[in-house]
Amino acid sequence: MGDAIVLNYEISPDDFTRAGEASSDVKGKLKQLGISPEAVRKVAIAMYEGEINMVIHAKGGGITVEITPVQIKMVLADVGPGIPDVEKAMKAGYSTAPDEVRNLGFGAGMGLPNMKKYTDEMDIDTVIGVGTTITMVVKL
Amino acid sequence: MTIQGLVDSGMFAIVNEGEERSREISTVFCCDLLSIAMGRAPAGCAWVTVMGNMNTLAVAALADAACIIMAEGATLDEAAMKKAKGQGITVMGTDLPIFEAALNVYQALKGPSGNAQA
Repeated sequence: MGDAIVLNYEISPDDFTRAGEASSDVKGKLKQLGISPEAVRKVAIAMYEGEINMVIHAKGGGITVEITPVQIKMVLADVGPGIPDVEKAMKAGYSTAPDEVRNLGFGAGMGLPNMKKYTDEMDIDTVIGVGTTITMVVKL
Repeated sequence: MTIQGLVDSGMFAIVNEGEERSREISTVFCCDLLSIAMGRAPAGCAWVTVMGNMNTLAVAALADAACIIMAEGATLDEAAMKKAKGQGITVMGTDLPIFEAALNVYQALKGPSGNAQA
Protein backbone atom coordinates (compact mmCIF):
# COMPACT_ATOMS: atom_id res chain seq x y z
CA MET A 1 0.00 0.00 0.00
CA GLY A 2 1.44 3.33 -1.05
CA ASP A 3 0.67 5.34 2.03
CA ALA A 4 1.96 2.91 4.64
CA ILE A 5 4.07 4.29 7.47
CA VAL A 6 6.70 1.87 8.74
CA LEU A 7 8.39 2.14 12.15
CA ASN A 8 11.29 -0.04 13.27
CA TYR A 9 12.49 -0.70 16.82
CA GLU A 10 15.30 -2.71 18.32
CA ILE A 11 14.55 -4.38 21.67
CA SER A 12 17.42 -4.99 24.10
CA PRO A 13 17.31 -8.16 26.19
CA ASP A 14 17.12 -8.09 30.01
CA ASP A 15 16.61 -4.34 30.15
CA PHE A 16 13.46 -3.74 32.18
CA THR A 17 14.25 -0.07 32.55
CA ARG A 18 13.68 0.40 28.82
CA ALA A 19 10.90 -2.13 28.32
CA GLY A 20 7.89 -0.30 26.99
CA GLU A 21 9.78 2.51 25.27
CA ALA A 22 9.02 1.21 21.79
CA SER A 23 5.34 0.74 22.63
CA SER A 24 5.16 4.23 24.16
CA ASP A 25 6.72 5.70 21.04
CA VAL A 26 4.23 3.90 18.79
CA LYS A 27 1.37 5.03 21.01
CA GLY A 28 2.48 8.65 20.71
CA LYS A 29 2.85 8.44 16.94
CA LEU A 30 -0.56 6.79 16.47
CA LYS A 31 -2.15 9.52 18.59
CA GLN A 32 -0.49 12.17 16.41
CA LEU A 33 -1.86 10.44 13.32
CA GLY A 34 -5.37 10.78 14.73
CA ILE A 35 -5.99 7.03 15.09
CA SER A 36 -8.99 6.33 17.37
CA PRO A 37 -8.11 6.09 21.10
CA GLU A 38 -9.57 2.58 21.23
CA ALA A 39 -7.29 1.30 18.44
CA VAL A 40 -4.30 3.12 19.95
CA ARG A 41 -4.93 1.42 23.27
CA LYS A 42 -5.24 -2.02 21.66
CA VAL A 43 -1.97 -1.60 19.78
CA ALA A 44 -0.18 -0.21 22.86
CA ILE A 45 -1.27 -3.09 25.10
CA ALA A 46 -0.59 -5.87 22.58
CA MET A 47 2.78 -4.45 21.60
CA TYR A 48 3.89 -3.84 25.20
CA GLU A 49 3.07 -7.43 26.12
CA GLY A 50 5.14 -8.59 23.16
CA GLU A 51 7.94 -6.22 24.05
CA ILE A 52 8.03 -7.48 27.65
CA ASN A 53 8.08 -11.07 26.40
CA MET A 54 11.09 -10.29 24.24
CA VAL A 55 12.88 -8.78 27.24
CA ILE A 56 11.98 -11.67 29.57
CA HIS A 57 12.33 -14.70 27.36
CA ALA A 58 14.37 -13.82 24.30
CA LYS A 59 17.73 -12.27 23.60
CA GLY A 60 16.02 -9.16 22.33
CA GLY A 61 14.89 -8.69 18.76
CA GLY A 62 13.15 -6.27 16.48
CA ILE A 63 9.67 -4.85 16.09
CA THR A 64 8.27 -3.48 12.87
CA VAL A 65 5.00 -1.56 12.89
CA GLU A 66 3.23 -0.88 9.61
CA ILE A 67 0.43 1.65 9.64
CA THR A 68 -2.00 1.86 6.73
CA PRO A 69 -5.42 3.51 6.49
CA VAL A 70 -7.10 0.16 7.18
CA GLN A 71 -4.92 -1.56 9.77
CA ILE A 72 -1.90 -1.53 12.04
CA LYS A 73 0.36 -4.53 11.68
CA MET A 74 3.02 -5.37 14.25
CA VAL A 75 5.73 -7.92 13.55
CA LEU A 76 7.80 -8.89 16.60
CA ALA A 77 10.76 -11.06 15.71
CA ASP A 78 13.08 -12.31 18.42
CA VAL A 79 16.20 -14.39 18.65
CA GLY A 80 15.23 -16.64 21.51
CA PRO A 81 14.55 -20.13 22.72
CA GLY A 82 11.27 -20.50 20.83
CA ILE A 83 7.99 -21.61 22.41
CA PRO A 84 7.90 -25.40 22.93
CA ASP A 85 4.13 -25.62 23.33
CA VAL A 86 2.22 -22.70 21.81
CA GLU A 87 -1.16 -24.04 22.88
CA LYS A 88 -0.02 -24.18 26.50
CA ALA A 89 1.59 -20.72 26.27
CA MET A 90 -1.69 -19.29 25.01
CA LYS A 91 -3.50 -20.50 28.15
CA ALA A 92 -4.13 -17.76 30.71
CA GLY A 93 -2.05 -18.42 33.81
CA TYR A 94 0.65 -20.54 32.18
CA SER A 95 4.06 -18.95 32.58
CA THR A 96 7.73 -19.90 32.46
CA ALA A 97 8.92 -16.50 33.69
CA PRO A 98 11.67 -16.53 36.35
CA ASP A 99 11.12 -15.31 39.93
CA GLU A 100 12.81 -11.94 39.47
CA VAL A 101 10.34 -11.16 36.72
CA ARG A 102 7.43 -12.19 38.94
CA ASN A 103 8.73 -9.88 41.64
CA LEU A 104 8.31 -7.00 39.21
CA GLY A 105 4.64 -7.89 38.83
CA PHE A 106 4.86 -9.82 35.59
CA GLY A 107 4.89 -13.52 34.83
CA ALA A 108 1.21 -14.17 35.50
CA GLY A 109 0.89 -15.97 32.20
CA MET A 110 -1.34 -13.31 30.66
CA GLY A 111 0.99 -11.98 27.96
CA LEU A 112 -0.01 -14.04 24.95
CA PRO A 113 -3.72 -14.21 25.96
CA ASN A 114 -3.73 -10.40 26.29
CA MET A 115 -2.10 -10.03 22.89
CA LYS A 116 -4.79 -12.20 21.33
CA LYS A 117 -7.55 -10.38 23.19
CA TYR A 118 -6.49 -6.94 21.96
CA THR A 119 -5.78 -7.76 18.32
CA ASP A 120 -7.94 -8.85 15.40
CA GLU A 121 -5.39 -11.26 13.98
CA MET A 122 -2.45 -12.97 15.62
CA ASP A 123 -0.02 -15.49 14.24
CA ILE A 124 2.86 -17.18 16.09
CA ASP A 125 5.73 -18.63 14.11
CA THR A 126 8.23 -20.28 16.45
CA VAL A 127 11.26 -22.50 15.98
CA ILE A 128 12.96 -24.06 19.01
CA GLY A 129 16.45 -22.68 19.49
CA VAL A 130 16.05 -20.14 16.71
CA GLY A 131 13.38 -17.65 17.71
CA THR A 132 9.79 -16.54 17.56
CA THR A 133 8.02 -14.18 15.20
CA ILE A 134 4.62 -12.91 16.24
CA THR A 135 2.48 -11.01 13.78
CA MET A 136 -0.49 -9.05 15.09
CA VAL A 137 -3.03 -6.92 13.27
CA VAL A 138 -5.41 -4.32 14.68
CA LYS A 139 -8.02 -3.29 12.11
CA LEU A 140 -9.01 0.35 11.90
CA MET B 1 -14.87 13.58 38.54
CA THR B 2 -11.70 14.73 36.84
CA ILE B 3 -8.13 13.88 37.84
CA GLN B 4 -7.79 17.47 39.05
CA GLY B 5 -10.96 17.04 41.10
CA LEU B 6 -9.48 14.02 42.84
CA VAL B 7 -6.20 15.88 43.42
CA ASP B 8 -8.12 18.85 44.89
CA SER B 9 -10.28 16.60 47.10
CA GLY B 10 -7.32 16.26 49.47
CA MET B 11 -8.16 12.57 49.81
CA PHE B 12 -4.64 11.55 48.87
CA ALA B 13 -1.11 12.89 49.05
CA ILE B 14 0.21 14.12 45.72
CA VAL B 15 3.26 12.21 44.53
CA ASN B 16 3.36 13.59 40.99
CA GLU B 17 1.04 16.01 39.24
CA GLY B 18 0.78 14.82 35.66
CA GLU B 19 -0.66 16.24 32.48
CA GLU B 20 -4.25 16.09 31.16
CA ARG B 21 -5.70 16.62 34.63
CA SER B 22 -9.00 17.77 33.18
CA ARG B 23 -9.58 14.18 32.04
CA GLU B 24 -12.61 12.43 33.55
CA ILE B 25 -11.94 9.37 35.72
CA SER B 26 -14.04 6.54 34.29
CA THR B 27 -13.92 4.13 37.22
CA VAL B 28 -11.64 2.75 39.92
CA PHE B 29 -9.52 -0.35 39.39
CA CYS B 30 -7.47 -2.43 41.87
CA CYS B 31 -4.68 -4.80 40.93
CA ASP B 32 -1.04 -5.42 41.83
CA LEU B 33 -0.19 -7.93 39.18
CA LEU B 34 0.93 -5.91 36.18
CA SER B 35 0.19 -8.75 33.77
CA ILE B 36 -3.46 -8.66 34.83
CA ALA B 37 -3.65 -4.88 35.01
CA MET B 38 -2.32 -4.61 31.47
CA GLY B 39 -5.23 -6.60 30.10
CA ARG B 40 -7.96 -5.51 32.46
CA ALA B 41 -7.43 -1.92 33.60
CA PRO B 42 -10.23 0.09 31.96
CA ALA B 43 -9.22 3.18 29.98
CA GLY B 44 -9.46 6.29 32.12
CA CYS B 45 -9.44 4.42 35.44
CA ALA B 46 -7.95 5.50 38.75
CA TRP B 47 -5.67 2.54 39.40
CA VAL B 48 -5.04 1.60 43.03
CA THR B 49 -1.96 -0.54 43.62
CA VAL B 50 1.01 -1.15 45.93
CA MET B 51 3.34 -1.97 43.06
CA GLY B 52 5.59 1.05 42.60
CA ASN B 53 8.21 0.11 40.04
CA MET B 54 8.66 1.78 36.68
CA ASN B 55 6.76 -0.94 34.88
CA THR B 56 3.67 0.18 36.81
CA LEU B 57 4.04 3.55 35.08
CA ALA B 58 4.54 1.91 31.69
CA VAL B 59 1.40 -0.17 32.15
CA ALA B 60 -0.58 2.88 33.29
CA ALA B 61 0.54 4.84 30.24
CA LEU B 62 -0.07 2.07 27.73
CA ALA B 63 -3.36 0.83 29.18
CA ASP B 64 -4.41 4.50 29.30
CA ALA B 65 -5.19 4.74 33.02
CA ALA B 66 -6.12 8.25 34.18
CA CYS B 67 -3.99 8.18 37.34
CA ILE B 68 -2.30 5.88 39.85
CA ILE B 69 -3.01 5.74 43.59
CA MET B 70 -0.33 4.06 45.69
CA ALA B 71 -2.03 2.45 48.71
CA GLU B 72 -0.68 0.99 51.97
CA GLY B 73 1.99 3.68 52.12
CA ALA B 74 3.72 2.19 49.09
CA THR B 75 6.10 4.53 47.29
CA LEU B 76 7.53 4.86 43.80
CA ASP B 77 11.17 3.94 43.44
CA GLU B 78 13.49 6.49 41.85
CA ALA B 79 13.22 5.11 38.31
CA ALA B 80 9.44 5.00 38.59
CA MET B 81 9.31 8.60 39.82
CA LYS B 82 11.38 9.71 36.86
CA LYS B 83 9.07 7.85 34.52
CA ALA B 84 5.98 9.41 36.13
CA LYS B 85 7.44 12.87 35.53
CA GLY B 86 8.62 11.99 32.02
CA GLN B 87 5.28 10.52 30.97
CA GLY B 88 3.20 13.13 32.76
CA ILE B 89 1.25 10.61 34.84
CA THR B 90 -0.56 11.78 37.97
CA VAL B 91 0.37 9.63 40.98
CA MET B 92 -1.17 9.96 44.43
CA GLY B 93 -0.47 8.13 47.67
CA THR B 94 -2.17 7.04 50.88
CA ASP B 95 -1.55 4.89 53.95
CA LEU B 96 -5.02 3.39 53.55
CA PRO B 97 -5.36 -0.23 52.48
CA ILE B 98 -6.24 -0.81 48.83
CA PHE B 99 -9.92 -1.48 49.49
CA GLU B 100 -10.51 1.67 51.55
CA ALA B 101 -8.55 3.81 49.11
CA ALA B 102 -10.56 2.44 46.19
CA LEU B 103 -13.84 2.76 48.07
CA ASN B 104 -13.12 6.43 48.73
CA VAL B 105 -12.50 7.05 45.04
CA TYR B 106 -15.59 5.03 44.14
CA GLN B 107 -17.79 7.06 46.47
CA ALA B 108 -16.32 10.27 45.14
CA LEU B 109 -17.21 9.13 41.63
CA LYS B 110 -20.66 7.70 42.35
CA GLY B 111 -21.79 9.73 45.35
CA PRO B 112 -21.83 8.66 49.02
CA SER B 113 -24.40 5.89 48.54
CA GLY B 114 -21.86 4.28 46.25
CA ASN B 115 -24.61 2.46 44.45
CA ALA B 116 -23.34 1.19 41.12
CA GLN B 117 -26.87 0.81 39.82
CA ALA B 118 -27.75 4.43 40.53
